[in-house]
Amino acid sequence: MNKYILYPGCSMESSAKAYMESINTILEPLDLHFEEIDDWNCCGATEYLGINLIPAYSLIARNLALASKQMNGTRTVVAPCSACYLNLAKADYYMQERPSLGVKVNEALEAGGLNYVPGTLDVRHLIDVLVHDVGLDAIRSAVVRPLKGLKIAPYMGCMLPRPDYQHRWTDHEHPTELDDLLRALGADVIDYPLTTECCGGHMTQIGPETAFELIMRLVADADERGAHMMVTVCPMCQMNIDAYQNEMNHFFGTDYHMPILFFTQLMGLAFGREPGEVGIGTELVSSRNAMAHIGVEVPVTQEPAAPRKKDEGLPMPRRWTKHEGKEIVK
Amino acid sequence: MPQMSDERVRSRLREEDLSLLHEVSMKTAGVSHLEMCIQCGTCGGSCPSAMDMEHTPRMLFAMLRAGMRDEVLRSNTPWLCVSCYHCVVRCPQEVHIADVMYTLKSMAIQAKLYKNSTAPDFSQTFVDMVETFGRSFEFGLASRHYLRHFPLRLPSMMPMGFGMITKGRMAIIPKKIKHMDQLTAILERANTLELTS
Repeated sequence: MNKYILYPGCSMESSAKAYMESINTILEPLDLHFEEIDDWNCCGATEYLGINLIPAYSLIARNLALASKQMNGTRTVVAPCSACYLNLAKADYYMQERPSLGVKVNEALEAGGLNYVPGTLDVRHLIDVLVHDVGLDAIRSAVVRPLKGLKIAPYMGCMLPRPDYQHRWTDHEHPTELDDLLRALGADVIDYPLTTECCGGHMTQIGPETAFELIMRLVADADERGAHMMVTVCPMCQMNIDAYQNEMNHFFGTDYHMPILFFTQLMGLAFGREPGEVGIGTELVSSRNAMAHIGVEVPVTQEPAAPRKKDEGLPMPRRWTKHEGKEIVK
Repeated sequence: MPQMSDERVRSRLREEDLSLLHEVSMKTAGVSHLEMCIQCGTCGGSCPSAMDMEHTPRMLFAMLRAGMRDEVLRSNTPWLCVSCYHCVVRCPQEVHIADVMYTLKSMAIQAKLYKNSTAPDFSQTFVDMVETFGRSFEFGLASRHYLRHFPLRLPSMMPMGFGMITKGRMAIIPKKIKHMDQLTAILERANTLELTS
C-alpha cells in the first residue's frame, strides 16, 4: 500500500465536492492510502499573498508544520487542487531559497507551538502522484469500462505546470501527462493547444470582462476542435468554466455548452463506478450528452436558465458569435 | 503614459535612486531577481490580461527602477495579474514576476493608492473569512462581495448560485477548524514580522 499525506483544500468540501468523492473511488483500485492532515487550514489561495507576506506564508506553513508531524512512512504531501499545491510547494521552496523567510515564518509558527524545517516534505499534485508513482500501466489495468468514443479536451490550467519548482513536468506550456492518463482510460484525447492557458482565476470575482474573455477562448477552442467535454485537474478551473459559462454566454451572446469534469471522475467511471458515485451530475453545464457517447446515462437535472436567444429583445451591439469567425467586435 | 516632471528627472540624473526597486525586491518572497530585468518585454507579450493593463509588467519594472512610487502603486497592472506564471517561466532573467505583483498589491493596499477597490476588497474579504474560520467560506465571500461591488450582476448570478446550492456545491454554513486559537496566535505574531534580509 502506498501512503501519502493529503491536503484536501477548502473547495474539496464545497464547490469541488465531486473531485473529492471521485478521488475516494480510485484509491482502492490503485492501492493508495491518503491520510488527511489533521485540522488543516486554508492555503490563502491567491488572495492572502497580495495582502501581507509573512502572515500569508505562515498560514500556508501551519499546514506544512502539521503535516510534518504526521510523517509516518512517507514525506509526500498530496494536494489535488492546483492553487493549494502551488502555495504549499512555493512556501516550501521559497523558505529554502531565502532562509530569512523561513526564520520569520518559524518565529510566527512558534506562537502556535509549531515549527517546520523547510525541505522536510515533498509537496506534489495528485496527478503527479498518479502518473509518476502509480504509473499508467497500473491505471490501464484497472480500467473495466474504457471511455472509447468520448472526445476530451485535456485542460491542465496554469498553476500545476508552472512555475514547476521541482521540474516534474514534460513541459511548462504543453505538458502531456493529462493526455496520457486520459488515453490510458481509453478516451479519445484531442489536440488542445490552450491546455495551460488561464481560466481567469479570481478575475470572475473582480474583473468579469477579463475573465469571460479567457473562459470564452478556452470553451470556443474546445468546441471548435470537436470536444465532447473538457477535463481538468483544478477546482478553480472547473468552477470558472462550469459555473460561469452561462454568464459568459450571456455576455458574448454565444450558446456554448461545454461540460467540464475532474479527471478523477472519469477515472472512477472507467474503473466501473456509476456516474452518481463520482459526482457526475453536480456540474452546472450537464455532461449528459457527452456521456451518451460512451453509453453512460446521467440523470436529467435542472440547469441554470438558458441564455437568451440571439435575435430577441432590444438591438444591442453584438460582440462575437459562435458562427461568425473569431473576430471580436468591440 | 507615465510622466515625470523635469525636476524629478533632473534629480534622478544627479543621483540614481534605486531604493524603491530594492524595497520591492526585499519585500518579495524568495530571491526576486527584480534587479536583473533587461526590459525584453517577454512578460507583457506572454500575459493573458495585458490588454486590460495600464502598464505592461516590463514598463512597470522600468518605473520601479525610475523610483516612480505613486505611479507604480496606482497602476491597475498588479490587480489584473491572474497568477498564470506564463511570464515567470519565460523570463530569461528568472524574475519572480507574479510574486513581485503580490508585493506591489500589498504595498498599494498599505499606501491606500489603489484606484479601484474591487480587487483589494475581494482579497480582504477572503482573508477575513480565513482569519475567522481558518477555511474559506464561499457563500459568505460571494454574497458579501457581490452585494458590495456587483449588485447588478446578482440577477444573472441567481441561477448559478441556486444551482451550486441545490447541487450541494456551496455550503451556507461555514466550517471552522478545531484549533482556531492556534492559527490566530500564529497570524497575530506574523503580523508583527517583516522580511528585512
